[in-house]
Amino acid sequence: MSTVSGEPITRRGAGRGAGEDVNGDVGGAADGDTGVGAAADRSAGVGGAADGDTGVGAAADGGAGVGAGIVGAGAVRTAGGVRTVSPARVMGAPRAWLRLLGSEVGLTFRRPRNIVMLAVLALVPVLIGIALRTFGGPGGGGGGTAIFEQVTGNGLFLTFVALSLLVQLLLPVSVAVVAGDSVAGEAGIGTLRYLLVAPAGRTRLLAVKYANVVVFCLAAVTVVALSSLLVGLMLFPAGPITLLSGGTISLLEGVLRIGLVVLYVTAGMAALAAVSMALSTLTEVAIGAVAGTVVLVIVAQVLGAFPQLSALQPYLLTSWWNGFDGVLRDPVATGEMGQGLLAFAAYVVVFGSVAWARFTSKDITC
Amino acid sequence: MSGMPGHTGGAVLTADEPSAAGTASAGDCSIVTRGLTKRFQGGQVAVNSLDLAVPRGSVFGFLGPNGSGKTTTIRMLLGLVAPTSGSWELLGTPMPAGVSGVLPRVGALVEGPAFYPYLSGEANLRRYDAAGPSADPRTAGMRIGLALERVGLAAAARKRYRAYSLGMRQRLAIAATLLGPRELLILDEPTNGLDPQGTREVRGLVKEIAAEGTTVFVSSHLLAEVEHMCSHVAVMRTGRLVAQGPIAEFRELRAGEAVRIRVESPDTAEAAAVLAALGLDEIRLGDAEVSAELGAEAPERICAALVADGVAVRGLAVQRPSLEDVFVGLTGKGFDVDG
Repeated sequence: MSTVSGEPITRRGAGRGAGEDVNGDVGGAADGDTGVGAAADRSAGVGGAADGDTGVGAAADGGAGVGAGIVGAGAVRTAGGVRTVSPARVMGAPRAWLRLLGSEVGLTFRRPRNIVMLAVLALVPVLIGIALRTFGGPGGGGGGTAIFEQVTGNGLFLTFVALSLLVQLLLPVSVAVVAGDSVAGEAGIGTLRYLLVAPAGRTRLLAVKYANVVVFCLAAVTVVALSSLLVGLMLFPAGPITLLSGGTISLLEGVLRIGLVVLYVTAGMAALAAVSMALSTLTEVAIGAVAGTVVLVIVAQVLGAFPQLSALQPYLLTSWWNGFDGVLRDPVATGEMGQGLLAFAAYVVVFGSVAWARFTSKDITC
Repeated sequence: MSGMPGHTGGAVLTADEPSAAGTASAGDCSIVTRGLTKRFQGGQVAVNSLDLAVPRGSVFGFLGPNGSGKTTTIRMLLGLVAPTSGSWELLGTPMPAGVSGVLPRVGALVEGPAFYPYLSGEANLRRYDAAGPSADPRTAGMRIGLALERVGLAAAARKRYRAYSLGMRQRLAIAATLLGPRELLILDEPTNGLDPQGTREVRGLVKEIAAEGTTVFVSSHLLAEVEHMCSHVAVMRTGRLVAQGPIAEFRELRAGEAVRIRVESPDTAEAAAVLAALGLDEIRLGDAEVSAELGAEAPERICAALVADGVAVRGLAVQRPSLEDVFVGLTGKGFDVDG
């Protein structure tokens, strides 16, 4: 039954009351609020105005009332409809997905800003390598800097050093720039509305954008790894690698294990990217999403630095980014990395859902 | 007001019949809305139970002052903004469920151009083409080339968007609506930022596209633009539909009432005397011109009478009531003043 507005119901009540008085209390329907009450308990059939012949009767006595009824029904339908655009309908053919992903990736890697960021990421390992070559290891290091000291003995270790340094801030910042910009940036310059009108499909667009950001994460981590690999091999001796667990592996296997580290760090960055994209769906100002992500990273690192808050650490994304020491053991110690990957997956699921829920229901007004 | 509310091709519907189009059958309409309403957070009602019916094949002018809810309506039609209540159909398909099936057949220009500044015009169009679910990548180059040619941007195709002038940007946005075969074009203020030459070209383009059978829904705050291009008009005022119908019927609303004849002549007194002798009413003397209500009199007879009486006639014109008069009557205001 329609309770969109009390007025038409009251009018119908009055009509019925005058026309066919079924049982006494319909008369009460004629006066204001009670009319709606009477409609609700349906004893006199007034509440059935929307269904069947009473509705027709009402149509005869007031077009406005019927109009309101129709609008009301529509309201219920669309209010539900807009929020739940069926994902299956938006998906489209795999080829169209790939084409859109190709377009996203092309856009990301043609954008001057992103090229500069990748160049800076490539440059930092060079600086670290030169510094280590010039001044030697950081001297008197405890357990934490064991890897650091190894660099001067074997150039391959520069990759581990560079990644463990850059994963603290520079990599997260560049990922935040691309991921935070992904939705908010398009909203800000207005291209988002044209993508959606194309129609890209909201779920599809978000999924493709996330895939694109993961590609960027991989590219950024790979750039750091390749750059430090090259610099390490040029500036320092190369050869079989002495592992943390004591054994040695060949140079080739060392490079393969660097590949594992690249994948692990990429996963960690992809988890951050999910957080950043969720923020990106909340604003039309890209810099807000980027800055918000960076602030979250720093807060997490500060919280992780307090021994008193050690209970929090497993839940902080930042605690797991550095957890790739395991590849330098024989056999590869997967325990910590496995937990890290679980944490990353949890972040992707939670923040991915937030981003999806927000993006598929949001009004695009710019 | 005359007319059959159930027929969209029928008479002008005004606010006196608010639910008339609401009960209209979808019929052969490209756009139908029923009670479409948008209330933004904070309670501002941008669009208030809008009942639009845009006949297939029409060039439909969506007229209203800035801030009257035109753009919000267009955003709702395209599924960018969810209505607070009401329903709508595009090309006979209920929305928003039909978005992915219908929108590839709809070209849209919404609230001005928006492109990536560091890409060329061509690369920008390729980007939007890639976003759709069904455009064929093998024909993309050809379709993009044709669209650019159609808006006169072929020469600037490889120039970065950043370097485009305002008019070129607007043309590029129109080109983006022409990337595929479209059954419906939704153009929000398509001549914004264009010079008079560009404006004429866009009008010509719209007519050309309409002649191919595409329905064109064009919003504007400029009456003259709608008058030049459109077969049908809807008038918005502060979120409400004031009237809609074929443009000819808007003209007829004032027909007979105010058709005037205007005579340019240095001999205003003599001319006025001749007009009075012919029995014309409402004679007004101006600076080297005289005008009167034409009534049932034939203009050529008036001309002959003037010449026969030795009045020096420098110009003679029949002035039909302008649409502006009609719209001002409907909205109570002129068009560029409302906020």
